[in-house]
Amino acid sequence: MRIIALLKDIVDLDELRFDSSTRKPITEGVKHVISELDKRALEAAIRLKEKHGGEVLALSLGGPETKTVMLEALAMGADAAYIVDDEGLRGLDAYGTSKVLAAAIDKIGDYGLILCGEMSLDSLSAQVGLRVAELLGLPMVSYARELELVDDKRLRAVRDLEDVDEVVEVELPAVVSVVREINEPRIPTLMSIMRAKRKPTTMWDASAIGVDPDALKAERAVEILDVEAPLVERKRKIIEGETVEEKVERLVKALIDEGVLGV
Amino acid sequence: MSVLIYSEEPGLRLELLGKGRELADAMDSKLAALQIGNGNPEELIKYGADLVYVAEHPLLEEWSLEPYRSVLLRAVEEASPSVILIGATKRGKELAASLAASLGVGLLTECISLKLEDEKLIAERLTYGGSAIARVASLKKPHIATVPPRVFKRPEPAERTGEVLKLEVEPEKPKAEVVERRGKVREEVGLEEAEVIVAAGRGFKKQEDLKLLEELAEILGAKIGCTRPIAADYGWMKEWIGISGHKVRPKLYIAVGISGTVHHAAGIRDCGIIVAINSDENANIFNLADYGIVGDLYEVLPALTKALKERLKK
Repeated sequence: MRIIALLKDIVDLDELRFDSSTRKPITEGVKHVISELDKRALEAAIRLKEKHGGEVLALSLGGPETKTVMLEALAMGADAAYIVDDEGLRGLDAYGTSKVLAAAIDKIGDYGLILCGEMSLDSLSAQVGLRVAELLGLPMVSYARELELVDDKRLRAVRDLEDVDEVVEVELPAVVSVVREINEPRIPTLMSIMRAKRKPTTMWDASAIGVDPDALKAERAVEILDVEAPLVERKRKIIEGETVEEKVERLVKALIDEGVLGV
Repeated sequence: MSVLIYSEEPGLRLELLGKGRELADAMDSKLAALQIGNGNPEELIKYGADLVYVAEHPLLEEWSLEPYRSVLLRAVEEASPSVILIGATKRGKELAASLAASLGVGLLTECISLKLEDEKLIAERLTYGGSAIARVASLKKPHIATVPPRVFKRPEPAERTGEVLKLEVEPEKPKAEVVERRGKVREEVGLEEAEVIVAAGRGFKKQEDLKLLEELAEILGAKIGCTRPIAADYGWMKEWIGISGHKVRPKLYIAVGISGTVHHAAGIRDCGIIVAINSDENANIFNLADYGIVGDLYEVLPALTKALKERLKK
């Protein structure tokens, strides 16, 4: 079976900094990575392939960094990468992104399963999987923590909801989003990284998949007005004292006054 | 024109009514609530609804995406809302995304503020893994937004009048078959629910030294957490607090030997009181904290444990 993993190329949030005066994020020069939950979706795809055979294709709507980012996906075990990159498709909202991904999935064709993370860790928007499912007319299984193929045509998943674990079965093809708990993604070996460089990567622009950037922009449904780090409103009191004991005593007193020690 | 709200969570439903009422008043329009299955529509009216659509059907007895979405679509047809608010539970989030896709409109997820401006719905929401706040605008009607629990205040109930309407529905059949529902065994209180947390950073030199933190935790009845490197790089603990880990909100958070990176800051934003103990007086954690002690954790921790032992035993 052909499994397509949808991977988002994002800035490495561990390295993200903010300008101390404007509080705006400084994204320039920050390394790009596969969004963590999408990486776990890819890992799940690779494990299904290892068990049942078939192929895993990694698909991303990306930018200039995506080719490098997708090397990791290939090194982990994806068989081929597909990257949609077009100046006109940068900065689309979830609505537009989903249309592009659905068009690319259509162009790849002959898929049995589409996997993605429950959300990207940069925008935390949690809607692309469901939108892609709707556009392709496929069933959607969200929040999968376990996945297994019942047979070629049927998938069983455990959905991780707040109060229950819901075991569901669904006819394939389907779209499935995964939660963090599904697995620990493998770390590629040096050998696999070398091999990854020889695996095929297909680059598509908007016309290759038959989408019109201007139309998508005109249909834009959500606009980001601005992004900044929140103001931290804390007391920032450094407790002074001659000795450690004195400082600690003062801290304990302050915490009692704050009413957070339960005395 | 109206505002429509839906959540399967009773408490969250009331919070949505509060915000929904405010938006409806701003547009001089009605506030409608959708109730699927059992419930008390009169209560929703008391909390601000002008009309309550009640949908009942055997297919709606248990949650399933497609039947619930088709009912919501029916309510949208009836109420022709310009704003739809949905509770951001896991079920609510999938329902909202699926609804937005069906209607071909935008969706603002997990909003922490909402207002109307020139026919647009403007929201604030967390982005970059929770380290920043984005201001976003929905441009197309109906505007759809999801709202997490405890963001908006529950309104005061009042004696009000409103209409209860039965919504005739023929729900779509679910595409996935539910084989089994397993109630979750409530694990011991996790970091998210802890009232007091003490957390370790790279100021600890060896894993054995965490014993000092455990002693403090015991006195305080606290949960123990850590930064990403302590768990992901050193493997001393399994889970961490920060952008890619847990977001915590205890009454008291004590950060020990933690430098205060953007990553960690995003995980502790909502804490009550934050205490920082660090030997580097320039560490960023002191900017994120209410009280700081500049000092060697190997001296401060035993002294703090001792002082608390004396105070809390009395």
